[in-house]
Amino acid sequence: MNKTYDVIIIGAGPAGLAAAIEAKKTGAKDVLIIERNDEPGGILLQCIHNGFGSVLFKKDLPGPAYAYNFITEAKQLGIEMLFDTMVLDITASRKIYATNSHEGFLEFDAKAIVLAMGCRERTRGQIRIPGTRPAGVFTAGMVQRLVNIEGLMPGKNFVILGSGDIGMIMARRLTIEGAKVIKVVELMPYLTGLRRNYVQCLQDFNIQLSLSTTIKRIIGKNRVEAVETVKVDDCLNPVAGTEEMIDCDSILLSIGLIPENELSKKSGVQLDPLTGGPIVDENMATNVAGIFSAGNVVTIYDLVDYVSKAGFIAGKNAAMYAAGQTAVKKYVEVKAGDGIRTVIPQKISVERGLVPLSNEVLFEMRVTKEYPSKISVDLMDGVNVIASHKEKYARPAEMITMKVDWNDLTTKLSKDTAGLVVKIS
Amino acid sequence: MERKFICIRCPQGCEIITTLDGHGVITELTGNSCKLGPEYVKQEISDPRRTLTTTVMVEGGTHPLCPVWSEKPVPKDRVMELAAALRGIKLNAPVEINQIVLANALGTGINVIASRSIHGGI
Ligand SMILES: Cc1cc2nc3c(=O)[nH]c(=O)nc-3n(C[C@H](O)[C@H](O)[C@H](O)COP(=O)(O)OP(=O)(O)OC[C@H]3O[C@@H](n4cnc5c(N)ncnc54)[C@H](O)[C@@H]3O)c2cc1C
Ligand code: SF4
Repeated sequence: MNKTYDVIIIGAGPAGLAAAIEAKKTGAKDVLIIERNDEPGGILLQCIHNGFGSVLFKKDLPGPAYAYNFITEAKQLGIEMLFDTMVLDITASRKIYATNSHEGFLEFDAKAIVLAMGCRERTRGQIRIPGTRPAGVFTAGMVQRLVNIEGLMPGKNFVILGSGDIGMIMARRLTIEGAKVIKVVELMPYLTGLRRNYVQCLQDFNIQLSLSTTIKRIIGKNRVEAVETVKVDDCLNPVAGTEEMIDCDSILLSIGLIPENELSKKSGVQLDPLTGGPIVDENMATNVAGIFSAGNVVTIYDLVDYVSKAGFIAGKNAAMYAAGQTAVKKYVEVKAGDGIRTVIPQKISVERGLVPLSNEVLFEMRVTKEYPSKISVDLMDGVNVIASHKEKYARPAEMITMKVDWNDLTTKLSKDTAGLVVKIS
Repeated sequence: MERKFICIRCPQGCEIITTLDGHGVITELTGNSCKLGPEYVKQEISDPRRTLTTTVMVEGGTHPLCPVWSEKPVPKDRVMELAAALRGIKLNAPVEINQIVLANALGTGINVIASRSIHGGI
């Protein structure tokens, strides 16, 4: 007979650990995390740089140290963890099928599920760089794993495509380990990662950054021998005559992350084409009853602190769902308006039986372009401004978090609203 | 003289614009969102420091490497020297989180500590 758990969490990264902890604290008796890796911590285990915990702990911790706090608490609370186990399928009736090498095929039933599978990296195929297909082209996260966990250095002279945080952090890491990082090239006219990483990872080590530049061609037969870069114009089209050859033996791709949602789709969870993750409400509930979701599987976060916060909310609400508390009765949609590229949650409950973690609703947004001076992010119900949030500037690379009180929101909301819109003004 | 800084004390990365007089003393400072900003700028002008994170080798553990970090930021121009010193260190498993890996690193008075535990291997 299958064992039935109150809450099963898929993925033991920061989102999954936080969800498990909060589910247990909320009263769920049997809580299980299923993880394909051989230990908990998720991506944080390879993020050995500091920069984690500024919001939750007011500290600047390395990734593994941040994870350690949660791993310890999860163990103390008696949360069951199953490692080296890959979840293969989830159904809308909350059956989970998984496999591992020592027990074979496994089947579980869950009263509630939290999806916390994180994300994967965009690869060369997804952006179609022309040229030969030699060895020496890596994704940044893969090299991070090789260098920081396995202790392997995959090349000597690197060119990095993409100015995202992983790319810049790896530029510094490779330099510290004795490799040469010749250049970071970025297609967009702006930095796509955090500026603090530009300062401490590139500037500090005199690593050159070329904006509005891309790789035109990769050259090399068996191993990468050179890359040809080219400048692009405002419409991102290559500008003839600006080509440059750079000798190198390795190329690192830091060209974005994609929420990992193969499993979500199988269970009937609806995805938002803009975020690439499940459509969620403020309780991190998906459209499938009893299936919740948190972390990079929902939208790509900059800061792990907010990933953990989302995990807490998902875990709390999953435990309450498992205990039979009634669900939401009525929703209004939240849409991205002028200047906003992505927003979660995509819907807000306006009548609910569920008591949320707190009345704090966190809107996480990204803007479409750079706003160099003061902006206001407004949450509108069609007629009125429900809430407003000010920023000194906004950049696509930096997520904007807006806190809104749920009571306040629902009181102000006009009765016959067609939906909420967040926009920049 | 005007000098621009990007504060690296937290992920917000405020752009701080300062005016310095002839002696490098700040006469004006704008753009910070919290009190750490001016502190960062002062430090950056007089004695820039960075936290070093790297790995050291581990013998007999479940993993070949242990991630480590300087408990406090070390002088920026000694980061590479410290990284080289750490490359010569080999720990024996088990390693405990926060265990001192290198005490008083390069005489700075700052300890380098483990940022995770590594259990003994089988
Ligand atoms: C290089 C890099 C640098 C970063 N720097 C910072 C920083 O300085 N500061 C900061 O605050 N944040 C930073 N972040 C962001 C932060 O690390 C992430 O937002 C956070 O780790 C995401 O957590 P998660 O739990 O959603 O996903 P993950 O940590 O990716 O965890 C997902 C887990 O799910 C497991 N899994 C997936 N699919 C399955 C399956 N089918 N079956 C079983 N298990 C499965 C995976 O093995 C993994 O352990 C950085 C991220 C990266 C990649
Ligand atoms: S000034 Fe304060 S808020 Fe701004 S980056 Fe520095 S520490 Fe962060």
